[in-house]
Amino acid sequence: MTAPLLSVENLRVSFPTPAGRADVVKGLSFDLGRERLGIVGESGSGKSMTGRAILRLIRRPGHQSADRMMFDGLDLTTLSEREMRKLRGARISMIMQDPKFSLNPVMTVGDQIAEALRTHERLARKDVGARVIEMLHSVRINEPERVVRLFPHEVSGGMGQRIMIAMMLIPQPDLLIADEPTSALDVSVQAQVLDLIDELVRNKGMALILISHDLNLVARYCDRILVMHSGKVVESCAAKDLHEATHPYTRGLLAAVPRMEETRDELPVLDRSAWSGT
Amino acid sequence: MSAISLKNLDISYQSKKVVRDVTFDVAEGESFALVGESGSGKSTVLKAIAGLAPDWTGEISILGQARSHKVDRDVATRCQMVFQDPYGSLHPRKSVDTVLSEPLLIHGLGNRNSRVIDMLAAVGLDQRFRFRFPHQLSGGQRQRVAIARALMLEPKVMLLDEPTSALDVSVQAEILNLLKRLRREQGLSYLMVTHNLPVVSFMCDRMAVMNKGRIVEIAPASALHDGSFTDPYSQSLYAASGGNPDRKEMA
Ligand SMILES: Nc1ncnc2c1ncn2[C@@H]1O[C@H](COP(=O)(O)OP(=O)(O)O)[C@@H](O)[C@H]1O
Ligand SMILES: Nc1ncnc2c1ncn2[C@@H]1O[C@H](COP(=O)(O)OP(=O)(O)O)[C@@H](O)[C@H]1O
Ligand SMILES: [Mg+2]
Ligand SMILES: [Mg+2]
Repeated sequence: MTAPLLSVENLRVSFPTPAGRADVVKGLSFDLGRERLGIVGESGSGKSMTGRAILRLIRRPGHQSADRMMFDGLDLTTLSEREMRKLRGARISMIMQDPKFSLNPVMTVGDQIAEALRTHERLARKDVGARVIEMLHSVRINEPERVVRLFPHEVSGGMGQRIMIAMMLIPQPDLLIADEPTSALDVSVQAQVLDLIDELVRNKGMALILISHDLNLVARYCDRILVMHSGKVVESCAAKDLHEATHPYTRGLLAAVPRMEETRDELPVLDRSAWSGT
Repeated sequence: MSAISLKNLDISYQSKKVVRDVTFDVAEGESFALVGESGSGKSTVLKAIAGLAPDWTGEISILGQARSHKVDRDVATRCQMVFQDPYGSLHPRKSVDTVLSEPLLIHGLGNRNSRVIDMLAAVGLDQRFRFRFPHQLSGGQRQRVAIARALMLEPKVMLLDEPTSALDVSVQAEILNLLKRLRREQGLSYLMVTHNLPVVSFMCDRMAVMNKGRIVEIAPASALHDGSFTDPYSQSLYAASGGNPDRKEMA
């Protein structure tokens, strides 16, 4: 087997508390090939901090460390901040939950996507314009010639998220980290956006880390799943085997989700005392 | 007599109509869902019933009594609303005790001390939470407080607007169980807005599907078992929610 695209060993993220530094990611290790990895868990379990730590985006007073964090032969733990900036967006991109916070409110949609492209590639101006329109087409935005002139507040949530995806994918990164990319969207738009990410990831042979609190969603869109609980991976399995998960925490989460054909009179609840409680 | 009866209800904000020609009845003791995309007008329907969206035409009655366009204190004792976001709907500087006592005070009801204690127990909150403030509670605990507040006046009809959308699945399960138990124990009727179809399957008897301010279909919750919806919009909503994976495996 060839070396994995990303290899993480003993990743830790901590924050200061009145009682000393507390780890919120507690020694996470995993390898990622050109595959779709889901990270799932309840809020506060450390999913977002894991995603951000891969890009070395943990802000003070937070602190991160790892025994090893290799990305395609590059040692992410020793790269300079300048080299990290070059890597972000160009080779590893991140889509956040709410496009409103990730898009620049005073720049048109077209200018933002063009900027994302230009920071990573030298292109003639007219080629940039054409690539932007082409990218908006591929994220299924109608009338891209009109949309490039709009400001973020003039587009709907679903369209804003598609614009984010266009911006993140136009430099053709090797790894896309999507942190709850559709949690702020309607179910009908959610499926469209995820199908779109899925198609682009497959076509371009990219790797995907999909972070979500939604077990069924990661099972649908990933190959492999890590289940996180209070900073640790409690279970790792193939997505198709999620429903045969063995860890009591995973089983508890799965059982708590209502089903389309619900026959239970009561939903089983987690015995929080068993896992130190959240 | 119906718990809620809506006839040809149109609702506007600043003379812009956002809900059109909504007609349905929620039977006494029934749990009825309103589903549809955001912006389709679901919350607006609940707000009109609760008196929070006064610009409407048509008929609204609650337990056989027509509601007026004015603030109606009488309605509050029969019908209460719970909102999606327990963070936003609880005053940050009011303790749980204050939040729960207030409705009793406003309506001049006595026995406040024991009513608060009983209600905390009914919604599964330990008495030690009684003098805490919202920021000292978890999301699930806050939603329990919001439900407790709505129940203080012993209403018979509850309007639930995405009551578990902001919660983790394990906490959602606790709140849904609580709502189900309260409905059984206190003979409540629910009109519940949600975008989560499996939650409808667990909680509700029937549902109305809304699209762009109109109801496109009223279906029994059992339509979720096999996707037997008649309207194309309902069908697409069902498909986008993943259909029924348990049946797909069997097929
Ligand atoms: N700035 C901060 N200071 C202290 N603790 C933080 C900070 N940011 C996040 N945390 C804590 O880190 C833990 C993990 O957070 P996060 O990775 O965002 O969880 P998730 O994305 O799984 O919901 C949480 O318990 C959260 O309270
Ligand atoms: N206070 C308000 N003033 C003006 N327009 C509103 C107000 N509240 C909601 N709307 C509009 O009414 C429509 C229906 O909204 P809403 O009932 O909140 O939908 P839903 O609950 O189905 O998401 C939307 O187009 C929304 O923008
Ligand atoms: Mg997160
Ligand atoms: Mg709403």
